[in-house]
Amino acid sequence: MTELATRVIAGDPRSIARLITLVENDSPEALEEMKQIHPHTGHAQIIGVTGVMGSGKSSLIFQLALAYRILGKKVGIIAIDPTSPFSGGALLGDRIRMTDLAIDSGVFIRSMGTRGMMGGLTSALYDVVEILDAAGMNVILIETVGVGQDEVDIIKIADTTLVVLVPGLGDSVQTIKAGLMEIADIFVVNKADKPGVEQTVAEIESMLDLVSAPDRRTPIVTTSAKEKKGIQELTSKIAEHQKYLKNSNAFETRRRQRYEAELIEIIRKRLMDFIFDEKKLKKTVDCCIDQISKKELDPYSAADQILGKILK
Amino acid sequence: MIKKIRVLVAKPGLDGHDRGAKIVARALRDSGMEVVYTGLHQTAAQIVNTAMQEDVDVVGLSLLSGAHMTLFIDVAKLLKEKQMDDVLIVGGGIIPQEDVPALKKAGIAAVFGPGTPVEDIVSYIKKNVKR
Amino acid sequence: MDEKEAVKQIKEKRSDWEKHVYSKAIKDSPERKSKFKNLSDIEIKNLYTPEDTKAVDYLKDIGFPGEFPFLRSVHPNQYRGKLWTMRQFAGFGSAEETNKRYHYLLSHGETGLSVAFDYPTLYGYDTDHALARGEFGKCGVAISSIVDMELLFHDIPLDMITTSMTINGPAAIIWAMYIANAENQGISKDRIGGTIQNDILKEYIAQKSYIFPPEPSMRLIVDTFEYGFKNVPKWNTISISGYHIREAGSTAVQELAFTLGDGIEYVKAAMQRGLSIDDFAPRLSFFFNAHNDFFEEIAKYRAARRIWAKEMKALGAKKPRSLWMRFHTQTAGCSLTAQQPEINIVRVTMQALAAVFGGTQSLHTNSMDEALALPSEKAVRIALRTQQIIAEESGVTDTVDPLGGSYYVEWLTSKMEDETYKYFDKVERLGGVIPAIEKGFFQREIAESAYRYQKETDANQRIIVGVNRYKLDEQPSIPILKMDEKGEERQIKRLQKLRKDRDDAKVQGYLLHLRKAAEGTDNLMPFILNCVHSYATLGETCDILREVFGEYKEQAIY
Repeated sequence: MTELATRVIAGDPRSIARLITLVENDSPEALEEMKQIHPHTGHAQIIGVTGVMGSGKSSLIFQLALAYRILGKKVGIIAIDPTSPFSGGALLGDRIRMTDLAIDSGVFIRSMGTRGMMGGLTSALYDVVEILDAAGMNVILIETVGVGQDEVDIIKIADTTLVVLVPGLGDSVQTIKAGLMEIADIFVVNKADKPGVEQTVAEIESMLDLVSAPDRRTPIVTTSAKEKKGIQELTSKIAEHQKYLKNSNAFETRRRQRYEAELIEIIRKRLMDFIFDEKKLKKTVDCCIDQISKKELDPYSAADQILGKILK
Repeated sequence: MIKKIRVLVAKPGLDGHDRGAKIVARALRDSGMEVVYTGLHQTAAQIVNTAMQEDVDVVGLSLLSGAHMTLFIDVAKLLKEKQMDDVLIVGGGIIPQEDVPALKKAGIAAVFGPGTPVEDIVSYIKKNVKR
Repeated sequence: MDEKEAVKQIKEKRSDWEKHVYSKAIKDSPERKSKFKNLSDIEIKNLYTPEDTKAVDYLKDIGFPGEFPFLRSVHPNQYRGKLWTMRQFAGFGSAEETNKRYHYLLSHGETGLSVAFDYPTLYGYDTDHALARGEFGKCGVAISSIVDMELLFHDIPLDMITTSMTINGPAAIIWAMYIANAENQGISKDRIGGTIQNDILKEYIAQKSYIFPPEPSMRLIVDTFEYGFKNVPKWNTISISGYHIREAGSTAVQELAFTLGDGIEYVKAAMQRGLSIDDFAPRLSFFFNAHNDFFEEIAKYRAARRIWAKEMKALGAKKPRSLWMRFHTQTAGCSLTAQQPEINIVRVTMQALAAVFGGTQSLHTNSMDEALALPSEKAVRIALRTQQIIAEESGVTDTVDPLGGSYYVEWLTSKMEDETYKYFDKVERLGGVIPAIEKGFFQREIAESAYRYQKETDANQRIIVGVNRYKLDEQPSIPILKMDEKGEERQIKRLQKLRKDRDDAKVQGYLLHLRKAAEGTDNLMPFILNCVHSYATLGETCDILREVFGEYKEQAIY
């Protein structure tokens, strides 16, 4: 086993951080390490936290992390913020709510930019989850971007997905994008000390009456950092959900879905890298694009040409 | 392979003046870097641990309260202790010229005082990143 | 000719003038900019005439000094009677060092005291707290107990001079120390005068020296209002501030709107508790910045007076004094340059003059070296002399509101008032000041303005002499203030001695009472006073409140 992989599995934070950088940068160096750590994964519970901007996701994650620490668990936190499509840079400010955890050796926090990926995630996310898993984290909390539109991809990777709402944000439950409401394994109504909580809960309940899965009613938990309420209930609902998954076949199904999504992502990236690699197919691709622009070729035939070269 | 420069913008100590730190963070973002902002009231231990987890290329320290000689040097010392010598350390704020040599000796590569155009900071970082 | 007709003719004549005279002139002497905009992004015309102030009714909108709407002045005879208080913000190192600086300033003619505290004190930590590392006395004086307060005001007659204290999170406790110290010297509460800044709302959006979350902080503030008007009648229990909002990068309009908005919020909070507006309103005071755009600053102060008077009237205030917007001004720290520091004296002079034209009740002028360090004796003396020259030699104090009636200034005053009300509406729609703070509204507005200012400066669209034009290669060579290195040691020894010598059982008892009261709804001032009188330290007292109220954590807004 390589030195880096060994150290990651031993939980050395510097090595964890280094490997994450390598996978984020798509570095070929990372490939061998990722292969080696994979057998050591599969133990961590992965919790996705999504919801509209202003719903207090960061604070909620902080509270959850504290609760898990008290239970003696090691916690990994991945906080994702949008990468600017113009500059390619990103302002990663979610840690600001978690500074009290910054020197807890049982917590590893990493901030990531979406780097062009849609769905509120980042394509390196699967790898980063594997790294934190192999490094010994018992719980991995993932905070997604929070634009509320294309947030649904989180279910591909999380065992339990929390959808966080707040009362009185101006959006009633109905106007929040349909997909967001359907992916919740647990609804969290955060900032529950504010007026309008009962109404928000009621709106969620009536929506659940219409779409709920036959064997499990999605629970709703109200939390308030101000009044220090709801976190215990939330962790136990999460634990309940874990149990539900394990007892039904859902756990295996979800894990399978995750590995499928991960595999697809790895293949997609490799394919794209190959196609757009200067030394490989990029010239052919550029030529095709020129022809399409001049209406000498249609995009479908172009794809035939390019894929033909690979799949031959 | 995509490599982005990752920068930690940190406010050590109790100083609450964050106008400059935020402007620099934003300018660095606009130049294509990934910027982790710690927020206020960071100890050296918090800053260095954050820098380690985030695997940053640069640590930028902002201080306007006069405590830079103690706090900047605390951070530089701790980074050295943790063998994070490949991290570029820069600083800014209200820092008299006469304090700069001592800061440089302790490992702060550059000090950007009031009136520095943000582009100077961006180009300095791009030119001097160690990794 | 009646007024309407006159304005009509002026409008026509102006049109002619633009077409025939002005257009010719700009051929020979083209405009230096395509648009002249002030710091609030308001476009400034080439000329202002009665046409621009045609909607302004002298008797209704401008009025007479000392009468509603108080646009021209809150006092009928303004500086003809009493000059503004010359109050230099000062503090560094230990209490004894700062005491020396206070005597220096008083001997050179300052007429009021103003205390700058160091960061540990601002956050309610004693000098020997772990988080105080490296911070002792660096940006203000360290005060950890009533013993330090005594040293700070040694040989200063607290019944003859007023003191302003820039303290927010722990304001109630520091105020209690001041009161207790005065009492120890035989000066009763009703004879001391001064101000505590005590404005927590702007801390969340700008200065950031908050401790507790908004709700308990507001409770503490209303406690001080109540205690103040009942027991310390000459004390201004709040200095509702725009200075820091401006320093954080806002425009003048934002400074005006956010400050007055905060003020209204405090009034509402006090009224919600059941206090009568005319009881506490006369002791509300304000604190504004004096930045570079000369006429904009003057218009800002005048607009503030008129808006405040209107709003307070609308809230039901009947006493004239309840409608007065009395303010302190400090020249803009963020406008000072580290390059060619001597020229800061010129900037400060212009800014101070604007404050005087604006009718400030009290004034602090920055020293030339403050972009580098805390003021040296010589630098602060020059800053004081700046005020004295304006007062004695310029003649601007000979009449009330000398710029009243200027077409430009009256137009700009009304314009800023309009822009302010637009912000009031925005905040209203967000649910009020505290919801807007939680949504990050003010912080975002300020960050945007700050970023815009930086971009304009870096692109040379905004010229800063010495920084992006008229530069000088040499390093500034002015003497930097040196502090007594032994100060921290003495302070820590003092703290240790205090903790040893006091009746600790008594202290713990009073701290426990404070905790119980904090958990309830009693006015906390008497409990805090007992603590400080018994030699509880600042840190010990704040820790109790931290435990009960919790600590505030901000969100990241760029």
